[in-house]
This record gives sequence, structure tokens and C-alpha cells, in this order.
Amino acid sequence: MTPHDLEHIRQARSQAISVASAVSLYGLSFGALAVISGFSVWQTMVLSLFMFSGASQFAFVGVIASGGMAAGWAAVASAGLLGARNGLYSLRMSPIVGPGWLKRLTAAQLTVDESTAVGSGQSSLVGNKTGFWWTAILLYSGWNAMTLVGAFLGDVLGDVRTWGLDAAAAAAFLGLLWPRLNRGEPIAVGLGSGVLTVVLVPVLPAGVPLVIAAAVTIVVALYRHRVAPERPPREEVS
Amino acid sequence: MDELWLFVLAASLSVFVIKVLGYLLPQKLLEGPAISRAAGLVTVALLASLVASQTLGEGSGIGIDARIPAVAVAGLLLWLRAPFIVVIVVAAAVAALLRFLGWMP
Repeated sequence: MTPHDLEHIRQARSQAISVASAVSLYGLSFGALAVISGFSVWQTMVLSLFMFSGASQFAFVGVIASGGMAAGWAAVASAGLLGARNGLYSLRMSPIVGPGWLKRLTAAQLTVDESTAVGSGQSSLVGNKTGFWWTAILLYSGWNAMTLVGAFLGDVLGDVRTWGLDAAAAAAFLGLLWPRLNRGEPIAVGLGSGVLTVVLVPVLPAGVPLVIAAAVTIVVALYRHRVAPERPPREEVS
Repeated sequence: MDELWLFVLAASLSVFVIKVLGYLLPQKLLEGPAISRAAGLVTVALLASLVASQTLGEGSGIGIDARIPAVAVAGLLLWLRAPFIVVIVVAAAVAALLRFLGWMP
């Protein structure tokens, strides 16, 4: 360990702590929303423990809350589609995590926006490793603890609308979307997708407009890549 | 086991499998610029679609209510770089207050 390494470790660790503690708090709103939407405390905890990907969890709960059981598979599809970017994060983190199947399996479950952002944003390999594991473990514990607290709060709170929690869910998605609107192309896609959703919501079952918006975007993105190739966008996270 | 559990487990498993795939596949396979561009934009499209449906969706149609000013305030706060949790709490408070005062449904 050189003094340089120690400095990198310290830096990565403090970033990990600030990111994990800020984002964990947000598990509180997930726990409350899930329970208020009709999920049991156990089901809510399974989502945080096993799905462990904020946007996918919110989408899954949101689609079922508005469409009921009939929207179940649409909810599964939207969770999976939103989780697709984790696969790309995994590819990026794979060389940083290194060999050992148990370690890689654990890393896989913990590879999300935040751990990838901190874990790939350091200036040395040891910094990257420290950033990834510290963020991953702190966030996993914090997110699940806060989900549990939120789930019990949700039980007490009762009606979503009285407390404005339906608006909080919409604001949460806006908060996840915001940092990605950093260039013209994502802004155009975001606006197009929003308008398409508003048009489709009254005529299609809940959750289906979401899947259509994603499918249209894939087609548009691949077409645009042929006619206007460019450097791939970097997924930035808060 | 009831139906909701089935969906919870299916969704959790699919998200987990995607994460594991990234560690199993050879790196070159998916790293093409086309794929990562599409993946980045799909995330944007889904989140935007969720913002729209959660702000305006009501039952099987569109409803105008206190969520709209709440989300507008959230957008303003995000633009001012307010912390995430503040944005969410203020949005909830705006909607709750408008309803409490009876100004909006």
C-alpha cells in the first residue's frame, strides 16, 4: 500500500458513505408506497432484498398499484426492462470485481446505479474496488433497513392520497430521470415517451404503455445509431 | 401461494438474472455502442413514461389533480439541485396541502 493507495481508499470510502446514506433514505418511501399499494411487509422486503434495484422496484409496485393483478406481467416486464441497464453495469464492474464465483455472484446482486457510479469513478483499481464494495454493502443494508421502517410507517399512514404519497411516487421517478436528461437525445426521448404514454394510458391496460414506450425507443435508438452513430452515452447517476 | 407472490418472485428473479448475466458474458459481446446507447435511452423512456402515468393516470384514464402542481414543484427543486429526499418530501407536502385545503382533488 502506497500513501497514494491509502488516499484513494479514503476518498472512495467517503464517497460511498455519502451516496449510500442519501439513497438509503429513499427506501423509506419505497417501503411505505409498497405497503399502501397492497403488498404485504414480507413481499415488500422480498422486493428490496432480492430485486434490489430502486427504479425497478418502484415501477413494479406502481404498475400493480394502478392496474391490479391484470397488470402483473406488464409489471414484471417493466421491472425487467428497467433492470436491463444493471446488466451493462455488471459488464463494466466485472474486471474490477475480479475472479471467484461467490464474490462475483454477491457483486452481481449489488451491482446497481450507485455502486457502479462510485465503483467506476475512482482514479485507481484499489479505489474502484473500495468504492464499489463500500457503496454496495452500505446501500444494501441501508436500503433494506429503510424499506422495513417505511413498510411499517405505510401500515400506519393508510390512504396514499391524503399524505400526497401518490405525488411523491411521481416525483421520485422524475428525480431518477432528471440526471439522465443531460443531452438533446435523452431529452427528446423523454418527452416523446411521456407524450406517448399520456396518449396510450386511456386506451390500453396499465403497464402496457410503458412497455410500448420502451420498445419504440429501442427501435428509434438502433435506427439512429445507423444514421447518426456517436459515442455511447455514459450512464450518470446521482 | 397467491398470484401477487408469483409476480414478486418472477420480477425479482428477472432483475437478478440480468445482473448475473453481465458477469458471465464475455465483455465484448454486449459492449457495442449501439447496445449501450439503446440501454441508456430505454431507461430514460421508461422513467419518463412512469412520470407521465404516475402524474396523470387515474384508474384506466387520465385525471387532473394535485399531483400536477406537486410534480411541477419537484421539477423546480431538481433544477435548483435540491437533494433527492427533499424533492420527494416537498412534492408529497404540496399535494397533501392542496387536498387538505380542498383546492384540488
